[in-house]
Amino acid sequence: MLFFMETVISGLLAGVMYSLVALGFVLIFKASGVFNFAQGVMALFAALTLVGLLSGTTPFTHIDNPAFAMPAWVAIPLTIVVMIVFAILVERFILRHLVNQEQIILFMSMVGLAYVLEGAGDILWGSDVKVIDLGLPQGAWDWLLDGYGLYIEKIELVAAGTAVVLVAFLAVFFQKTRIGRALRAVADDHQAALSVGISLRSIWIIVWSVAGVVALVTGVVWGAKSGIQFSLSLIALKALPVLILGGFESIPGAIVGGLIIGVGEKLAEVYGGEIIVAIFGRWYEIDPGIFSATENWFAYVLALVFLLFRPQGLFGEKIIERV
Amino acid sequence: MAQAKKSPGTAAETPPSILTVNNIEVIYDHVILVLKGVSLEVPQGGVVALLGANGAGKSTTLKAISNLLYAERGEVTKGNIAFKGDRVDARSTNDLVKRGCIQVMEGRHCFEHLTVEENLLTGAYTRGNARKEIKDDLELVYTYFPRLKERRSSLAGYISGGEQQMTAIGRALMSRPVMMLLDEPSMGLAPQLVEEIFEIVKLLNEEQGVSVLLAEQNTNMALKYAQYGYILENGRVVMDGPAAELRENPDVKEFYLGISEEGRRSFRNVRSYRRRKRWLN
Ligand SMILES: Nc1ncnc2c1ncn2[C@@H]1O[C@H](COP(=O)(O)OP(=O)(O)O)[C@@H](O)[C@H]1O
Ligand SMILES: [Mg+2]
Repeated sequence: MLFFMETVISGLLAGVMYSLVALGFVLIFKASGVFNFAQGVMALFAALTLVGLLSGTTPFTHIDNPAFAMPAWVAIPLTIVVMIVFAILVERFILRHLVNQEQIILFMSMVGLAYVLEGAGDILWGSDVKVIDLGLPQGAWDWLLDGYGLYIEKIELVAAGTAVVLVAFLAVFFQKTRIGRALRAVADDHQAALSVGISLRSIWIIVWSVAGVVALVTGVVWGAKSGIQFSLSLIALKALPVLILGGFESIPGAIVGGLIIGVGEKLAEVYGGEIIVAIFGRWYEIDPGIFSATENWFAYVLALVFLLFRPQGLFGEKIIERV
Repeated sequence: MAQAKKSPGTAAETPPSILTVNNIEVIYDHVILVLKGVSLEVPQGGVVALLGANGAGKSTTLKAISNLLYAERGEVTKGNIAFKGDRVDARSTNDLVKRGCIQVMEGRHCFEHLTVEENLLTGAYTRGNARKEIKDDLELVYTYFPRLKERRSSLAGYISGGEQQMTAIGRALMSRPVMMLLDEPSMGLAPQLVEEIFEIVKLLNEEQGVSVLLAEQNTNMALKYAQYGYILENGRVVMDGPAAELRENPDVKEFYLGISEEGRRSFRNVRSYRRRKRWLN
C-alpha cells in the first residue's frame, strides 16, 4: 500500500509539470486560437536565459564571466522581461500578419517559430547541458521518510508548490482583474471584444507574456531536476495528450489532465507489466519488464482511448445552446 | 455631400453633423466590392435609420465606420469618414471607442461565458481603472435596463434573446459613447420586446444625448424612431429623406413596409456567399 501511495504521489508530482506545459498551450489557444507549438521550446529558452544571466555567460561566445553573474533576484525579473520582449516580437512579426489566415498557415508558422527560437537559444547560450542552481532543496523529505516511510523528493514538492501558487495567481488574475476579464472576453468572442475597444494586439502580447512566465517556471523546475538541455523542449510532446484529455480550451482540464497522465504513466510503469503477465501469462511467456519504458507512449495511448469516448475532453468547454 | 439629396428647408435647420460618411467604397478580400459609394450623415443628437434588405450592405457600412472591417479583411478603398470633425477612416476600433463611437453588433454577440455584469464591465475596458465612475455607470445602465440587474450574475449565454440585446446595448453604454451604431437590434425578437428596446434607445438618445445610427430591416419600426432615413440597395444609397416622408413614399411602402406582396418578393433574392474557415472568424 505504501509503495502504491509513493507511486501515485510521484506520478502526481510529475503530472504537475505536464500540467504547466499544457497550461501555456491553453492560455494561448483560448486567447488567439493558435496552437502554440513553441511552448516547450519557450520553456527551454527561458531556462537557458536564466542560467546564462545567473552565471554571467556572455551571449554568443558562451563564455562564463563570473564578474557579470547576477543574483537570482535580478536574473529572474530580467528573464521575465526577455520573455515579454519575445511576446512583443511574436505579435509584431507573426500574429499581426496572420489575422484571418487559415488554421494550417498558423500552425506552420508556430512550427517555424519553435525552430527559430530553438536556434536562437543555441546561438545565444550554447547547446551544452547546463545545471541550474537556485538553491532549491535536494534529496528526500526526511520527516515523510522517517514518519511514514514515504520517499518524496523535496524538489518535487517545491515544484508542485510553485505550480499551485502560479495557478492560483492566474486564477485570480483571470477572474478579478480588468485585463483578465478582457482576456476571457477575447476567448469567448473576439469580434465582440474588438467592438468594445479591446485591442487584440495588446491582449496577445499579454497572453504570450503570461505563457512566457509559465514557460520559465516549467523550464526552471524541470531543469532543476534533470538539467537544462534540448530534451526539455520535448516536454511539449507530453502536453498534447494532456490537452486531448483536458480539452484544448479548459484551464482546469489542463491541470487535471496533466495529473491524470502523470499518475497513469507511473502506475503503468510500475504495475502494468504485472497486470499484463497476470492476464496473458497463461498463454505466453511475457517479460514483466515490458512496461518499464512507458514514458514515451503511454500518455498517447491514454489520449487515444479518451478520444474515442470523450472527444471534447474531460472539461471540454460546454457549448452553450439556447432555445 | 454630392449624394445626400436634402430639401433646402431641412438642411438649414439641421444641427452640425457628428458623423459624416462621404462616398465610401468597401472591398472585402481585395476583390469583393460591396459598398459602391455610400454617403450619409448623422446630426448631433439625431437618430438616423439605415434601411435595406438582407445583404444590402448595412452591416458593412457600420463596420466601415467602427473599423471592425479590418478584422474581416475588408477595406475602405475610396471616400472618407469623419467623426466629430476628425477623419477616422484609418483609425482602430479601440481608438473610435475612446473617441465615443461604438458599434453594437448584429446578433448581439454577448460574451457567453461571462456574467451579465462582467459583460457590462468589458464595455468600460477603454476607460482604464476609473472604478468609482465605472460603478456609477453600471448603476445607470441598470436603471435603463432593470431586467439586467436581476440577471446580473447569470451567464450571458443563458439569458433570453431580449436580455442579450439589452446586455449588448448596456455594454456599449459603459464606454460612455456619444454615438452608437446599432446593427439590427430587432433581429429575432418578439414585436413587444422590439418596442421595449427601441423605447430605451429613444430614452438614451434624449437623456444621455447619444446620437444613433440604426441599421434595420424592420423598416416600419425604425422609421417610427428615426428622424431621417437612408435606403441601401446593393451597396448604394438609393433613397434618403426625413422619416415621415419615407413612410409616405409609395416605393418604400411597396418594397419595404410590405404593403404590396409582389414588390417584396423581388427584394428577396438574397445573395449568399460562402467564406472559408479562417482564423478569428
Ligand atoms: N467578410 C465578408 N467577406 C466577403 N463578403 C462579405 C463579407 N461580409 C459581408 N459580405 C457581403 O457583403 C454584402 C453586404 O453584406 P452586409 O453588409 O452584411 O449586408 P446587410 O447587413 O445589409 O445584411 C453581402 O453581399 C455579403 O455577402
Ligand atoms: Mg447585417
